[in-house]
Amino acid sequence: MTAGLVDQTITPPAPARRRRRLTLPVVLLGIAALLVLVSLVRMVTGADDITSSGTIGAALRLAVPIGLAGLGGLWSERAGVVNIGLEGQLILGTWFGAWGAFEYGAWWGALAGIVGGALGGLIHAVATVTFGVDHIVSGVAVNILGAGATRFLSALVFVDTPGGGVTQSPTLPPIDTFTLPGSGALRTLEGKGWFLVSDLAGVLGGLVTQVSLLTVVAIALVPISYVLLWRTKFGLRLRACGEAPSAAESLGVNVYRMKYLAVIVSGGFAGLGGAFLAEVATSIYREGQTNGRGYIGLAAMIFGNWRPGGLAAGAGIFGYTDSLQLRSGGESVHALLLLLAVVLAGIGVWSLVRRRRLIGISTLGVAALVLVWFLLTDTVPDEFVGFAPHLTTLLVLSLAAQRLRPPAADGRPYRRGGD
Amino acid sequence: MKRVDWQRTVLVLAAPTLAVVVAVLLSSIVLVVSGNSPLRTFESMLDFGIDPDSVIQILNKSTTYYLSALAVAIGFRMNLFNIGVDGQYRIAAFFAAVVGGWLALPGPLLIVVVILVAVAVGAFWAGIAAVLKVTRGVSEVISTIMLNVIGAGIVAYLIDPSRLGVLIGSQQVSTEPMPESAYLPGIPLGEGEVFGFILIALACGIGYWLLLGRTRFGFDLKATGLSETAAVASGVDVKRMILRAMLLSGGVAGLVGLPLLLGESHSYGQDFPAGFGFAGIAIALLGRNHPVGIAIGALLWSFLEQSSQILDLEGVPKEIVTIMQGITVLSVVIAYELVRRFSLAQQQRRVGAELRAAARSDEGAVP
Repeated sequence: MTAGLVDQTITPPAPARRRRRLTLPVVLLGIAALLVLVSLVRMVTGADDITSSGTIGAALRLAVPIGLAGLGGLWSERAGVVNIGLEGQLILGTWFGAWGAFEYGAWWGALAGIVGGALGGLIHAVATVTFGVDHIVSGVAVNILGAGATRFLSALVFVDTPGGGVTQSPTLPPIDTFTLPGSGALRTLEGKGWFLVSDLAGVLGGLVTQVSLLTVVAIALVPISYVLLWRTKFGLRLRACGEAPSAAESLGVNVYRMKYLAVIVSGGFAGLGGAFLAEVATSIYREGQTNGRGYIGLAAMIFGNWRPGGLAAGAGIFGYTDSLQLRSGGESVHALLLLLAVVLAGIGVWSLVRRRRLIGISTLGVAALVLVWFLLTDTVPDEFVGFAPHLTTLLVLSLAAQRLRPPAADGRPYRRGGD
Repeated sequence: MKRVDWQRTVLVLAAPTLAVVVAVLLSSIVLVVSGNSPLRTFESMLDFGIDPDSVIQILNKSTTYYLSALAVAIGFRMNLFNIGVDGQYRIAAFFAAVVGGWLALPGPLLIVVVILVAVAVGAFWAGIAAVLKVTRGVSEVISTIMLNVIGAGIVAYLIDPSRLGVLIGSQQVSTEPMPESAYLPGIPLGEGEVFGFILIALACGIGYWLLLGRTRFGFDLKATGLSETAAVASGVDVKRMILRAMLLSGGVAGLVGLPLLLGESHSYGQDFPAGFGFAGIAIALLGRNHPVGIAIGALLWSFLEQSSQILDLEGVPKEIVTIMQGITVLSVVIAYELVRRFSLAQQQRRVGAELRAAARSDEGAVP
């Protein structure tokens, strides 16, 4: 059984026409346009929380675990191993992170989380690389094992601690945070409610107020991964294992060792994400607190086309939708329905211009439905806000999946001297 | 010919045996490290597990797990990973319970309608993932996982007493309870009785076996799973196969909640258990997607869960059983892979030897 996460038989070959590269000015222009749009939506709906510094701060905190899981997926899949076990490794990270933080202090917790996740990665590597087990099957097993191991360990360790139990840890010591100077002025500007200016102040304020040092580390890991994977010999070799392992082997790369390394690093990233979730995002370990974020991280990576920049953007989107349930969720998500309708209508018109009639009309139809929903209601029920990130994942993937290119040998078991 | 079959049988049995040995060994290590005696633990689990009351519980749980694993296995046979059985059975059981509570029909007819609704809703929920896969190329692994959460959210929304649910007592929210005439009678066994739905589960297993082994559809399904290119070359429409397999898988997944709904709870409450779908994945892997293998896997899984109930009294955290289950799954898949490689190498060696023998006899004949 073999399966990559994007079905290549269904994905049509890339068009011969050269696609425009996403250069920095284009990206910045896109962000600016989005901000104007969001600002307009805020003015129309009065849902101030969609660009408040509180929301953005929470979005950042929630994007980090998703992004770290996504980075883990990136490392592993670039070496040709699909890692569905990210969820289990994230779970291991939450438990070991909490345990380390509780026993030895906050930063040791982060380290313990990395080790815990890397252990999960090691299991996945043994099963997939050494024994050639199907990647998804092994990943599912790692997830079961991760959930079971943490529950068992909690029963051993946390039961007799103050406030702890089988399903949760005691409250954890915090990791230092910092606030950049000038955030007070941003707060004032944000309070004015001006078009665009206050939104900008809110977003910036959210990004510089009470930022955990671990967040900085996590964000730094995105460019570091890029440089390591795309600008060094080591990275070239690692990626060669995901594109054409036999060719890499013939050039003297030890494919097994590379894959092992990549999958263990992958687990380590997910483990750090878990530790962050427990220590920074919630300051407690609770069973089930990952709530599928490992899978969402994987989706962020797919959305980002197996590239670090793209996955960071994906993690940002998912983190943002995730944060809305904390901050007057119903009202904010309701406001975002308007944004969604506008964006979908834009995509629909664009598709019609490009003569893709079926996609254009159906997208416009969905946009109209969303608009009707927006107009007929005042708020979105809490239960729907809860699955907003998951619905966003589904939407984004169904709009984006066809233009993606996974590593050529992603998900295929490799045996030295095979084929 | 007979001799080869015998060898195959040994190999087929070697994998699960190897896996069980490894799983027991690793679990023992975990137990020793955490300061417990493995022998005592296993002994008390066995004692409690074969208690008549436990046996009934085990059979009941197995019914549920069996259906869940069948649903997963249908997908597995053609390389479709339906991770969404969990969401599919919950949303299906919910709507089935709503219909069961509202419709005024004679009992047996109502049971049939409830079953049909569950199958239809389960198939619909899986169908979303199938449509996204064939039209937009979205991996069913990701989409079914997302649909699990979305399904749970929709159920949580609709079960509110102001919508489809009712308030039972002061706190409990659930769907309207079904009339007593629509309770599915149990099958007496010793002191108690097991879910009547066990017969339907067995029928599903036989149906699965017939479908895969005796029909054109089953052949195409397995062919697509083994080699998509070969299937396409022989005229199989892969997209349609994905759609049909996923609908079928979702339909069976719709049944997963019914043993409990029709046999015990008779309404879908907020506490309706989740997680049967994930157990189903593990059990399908244990049972190698074979109807009999799955049955054995389901029994083993339920046995572990039921017998672990005693462990807290023994001072061992009963959570150890989840680790045992995880280790079992992992060692089973690795064992199968090892045995597959071994038999492949055996085969190659045999063919090589026969060819050499043939070449030698040719040489002897020519000069």
